[in-house]
Amino acid sequence: MMTIPRFWREIRQRYKGVGVECGNCERVYFPPREVCPHCRRESIGKMKERELSGKGRLVTFTEIHEPMPDFKMMVPYIMAIVEMDEDVRMTGQLVDIDYDEVEQGMEVDVTIRRLGEESPSGIIYYGYKFVPVR
Amino acid sequence: MKTNKKVGIKGYAGYVPRYRITPKEIGEVWGKDGERMGKGLNIISKSIPSPDEDVISISIQAAKWAVMRSEILGEDIGAIYVGSESHPYAVKPTATIVAAAVGATPYLTAADYEFACKAGTAAIQTCMGLVASGMINNGMAIGADTSQGAPGDALEYSASAGGAAFIIGSDDLLAEINYTTSFTTDTPDFWRREGKKYPSHGGRFTGQPAYFKHIAGCTQVLFEETGAEPDDFDYAVFHQPNGKFPIKIAKKLGFTMEQIGPGLLVPRIGNTYSGAVPLGLAATLDVAEPGDRIMVTAYGSGAGSDSFDITVTDGILDKRENGVPSIEQVISDEVFISYAKYAKFREKIDTGEW
Amino acid sequence: MQNSEKRSTQESGNLREVAIIGIGETRIGELWDQSLRELGINAGLSAIKDAGVKGEEIEKIYIGNMSAGRLINQEHIAPMIADYAGLDDIPAVRIESGGASGGMALTEGYLSVASGLHDVVVVGGAEKMTDVGDEEAKKILSSTADWEWESVFGATFDSLYAMMARYHMFTHGTTKEQLAAVSVKNHAHGALNPNAQFQREVPLKIVMGSPIVSDPLTMFDCAPLSDGAAAVVLCPVDMADSFNKDPVAILGTGMGADHMAVHDRRELDAMKATRSAGDKALSMAGLKPEDMDFAEVHDNYTISEIMAIEDLGFFPKGDGGPATERGDTSLHNKIPINTSGGLKAKGQPVGAVGINQAVEAVLQLRGEAGDRQVEDAEYGLIHNIGGTGASAVVHVLGRWR
Repeated sequence: MMTIPRFWREIRQRYKGVGVECGNCERVYFPPREVCPHCRRESIGKMKERELSGKGRLVTFTEIHEPMPDFKMMVPYIMAIVEMDEDVRMTGQLVDIDYDEVEQGMEVDVTIRRLGEESPSGIIYYGYKFVPVR
Repeated sequence: MKTNKKVGIKGYAGYVPRYRITPKEIGEVWGKDGERMGKGLNIISKSIPSPDEDVISISIQAAKWAVMRSEILGEDIGAIYVGSESHPYAVKPTATIVAAAVGATPYLTAADYEFACKAGTAAIQTCMGLVASGMINNGMAIGADTSQGAPGDALEYSASAGGAAFIIGSDDLLAEINYTTSFTTDTPDFWRREGKKYPSHGGRFTGQPAYFKHIAGCTQVLFEETGAEPDDFDYAVFHQPNGKFPIKIAKKLGFTMEQIGPGLLVPRIGNTYSGAVPLGLAATLDVAEPGDRIMVTAYGSGAGSDSFDITVTDGILDKRENGVPSIEQVISDEVFISYAKYAKFREKIDTGEW
Repeated sequence: MQNSEKRSTQESGNLREVAIIGIGETRIGELWDQSLRELGINAGLSAIKDAGVKGEEIEKIYIGNMSAGRLINQEHIAPMIADYAGLDDIPAVRIESGGASGGMALTEGYLSVASGLHDVVVVGGAEKMTDVGDEEAKKILSSTADWEWESVFGATFDSLYAMMARYHMFTHGTTKEQLAAVSVKNHAHGALNPNAQFQREVPLKIVMGSPIVSDPLTMFDCAPLSDGAAAVVLCPVDMADSFNKDPVAILGTGMGADHMAVHDRRELDAMKATRSAGDKALSMAGLKPEDMDFAEVHDNYTISEIMAIEDLGFFPKGDGGPATERGDTSLHNKIPINTSGGLKAKGQPVGAVGINQAVEAVLQLRGEAGDRQVEDAEYGLIHNIGGTGASAVVHVLGRWR
């Protein structure tokens, strides 16, 4: 069981997709990094916040039948790696679509859904998932 | 009640989960003629949230779209009120989570409202007051619910999920709110006690002394104080716990089916409670033209009504698209599911862990 | 040519040549009656006995282990295992690198001998995975991926490999049948290994028809979660003559690294960490992929083996699936892969895997592999992955004489 701050400190990433842009090479990273893996020392102190548009395309995906415990009631559910318009990739669930309609390269948009909960009496976790652009 | 300063709607949007169940499917489980019940209630299907949806996620989706349509920034919002009777937390505001998601934190005031099905319109009135007094420039009012009827109860055929958000301000309006009235009494027609999963109700007592009396009373006050008549309005939206009541009250008050048609969503999505009138108003704004006048009356059990006299402005033309789907676009994405899947989605199945 | 002459002096510097002089392993499986400490001790003692070293000759113990803290609520396991092996005065340290813990421990042991710091070192690997439920064990395994940016969003460990599999299928036309062929082949090999968790052949039809875990991966595309331990004894080759068995030399070692989360990697059909670890190990050994007589690769999923045999240079990228289907990787064919049965059939006691691989390689190079012996095996490669590929380690082993 994790304490509340572990989730709380990442609320801006989970709700709003706040990443960073390297002030040296303009590459975008999500989640935020202190150092640009490309520019390394040149980037130190130059990483600035950048909110992602939330739009992207599917790079690859799968349908999970053996879930993580928090997602039991979602089974089967779809996971995807999405390449965002900012040329950075994220892992998230793809919801509101049947698996047989999912295609590589399809356009998706971000939405905020329930990710799980600490316990039935604990904090509820919210964060990004993806939905198809219709 | 008239504000000293011009106030109105700068942006709006609605969200309804895509899953649907029919009264027939529900009835089969309980040995009832669901199809006939559905016809009686004028409900073809009701919306169901997926297991990862709740009032918070619904509110956030509507709020994000409303901000997009309004063309303001999240940080320009000075107040957020979320009205619902199914807030995921008993203590811990939905409004703060919505505020964080739209980027409105930390310089705003926020709170959750509860007044059965009219908590969303109460939130609109609060924002009107704050804007008109000059305390804030923009406020967001949300009405959303993921209501549940107890399995087998009459409410199970109608209680559904959805919500809508409105940005209230005084400039750059897409619709002006000319006047608002309220009508409030202590009438215990429907309630849910703290800690209980499903609400209770007074059966037919929810009709005449509750829904009809309050909506009629509130609307009449608005007519009297503004001098308006049903003919002066192009559209009307009434609270819609089922498909029958709003038609009956509209006729009684002198409105036509054409006036209430665009805002009558309950036959397709069921009763979205706090989301019902906000979604009906949003759907009406989707089709209204500049100059059109809309009469709105919400009803909340317990009991009270809020009425609004709204005039659409030229601003609607620029803001209608803005990358935000119309209510029709949102609700036309329908996926019908079985009662078994519905029971799983709504945690009516005991996995032994919950 | 002597192997010592093949070594690249540039890579090896002034390091001493290191040999594996003893091996030991437990059976792998659901070993309900054995605790982690018993497993560790049994493997360690049999390796010591195999080598013929005395307790007082051992200077250091390294133990690869992924997550005893979460799997059995016990951290600091290395001194515990040493203690119960009667070696309470020998310094012991645990090495953790997810699924590559065993292989990384072997590298640490190698370095401590090669550097001249120690002469006789025991390297073990141990994992006890059945003291928690399956769901909990899978959750713990998933924590070797990026918990905060993958798992929290619902990504299981299986699903991350499944997404690589799907990408490999998109990009190279790899088929589900080819994935299944890996499983069929490794089960056939496992049937010949008395220490394997699954010692029976499984036909293609059964693999293809097994329940989906994370599309396209089925139950038979995934390695089990197992209990087991393995150990090897190392010493400088110069000292190897004074012990029981023919020495097997560690000719090359290499580690590779990559981004922690799968989504941060541009190539999803390959593992950069494997490629780089393999290149380094082979180059240090002065050998090429085609010089290898066999390889034990990290087949925690069938797709992992397909990517590994491509990334290690045994087959061109995209040919891993067809090659497996052709039988090129089966025993007695072009390059036998996972003669032990691999993680799929021999089993997956996660932190022990890298050492289990070393044990198989030594058996093959000594000619002690029984029914699954690769004829006249001179060189073998072992490959161990951590997490979803954020770390990898490769060793090249060879007969010393």
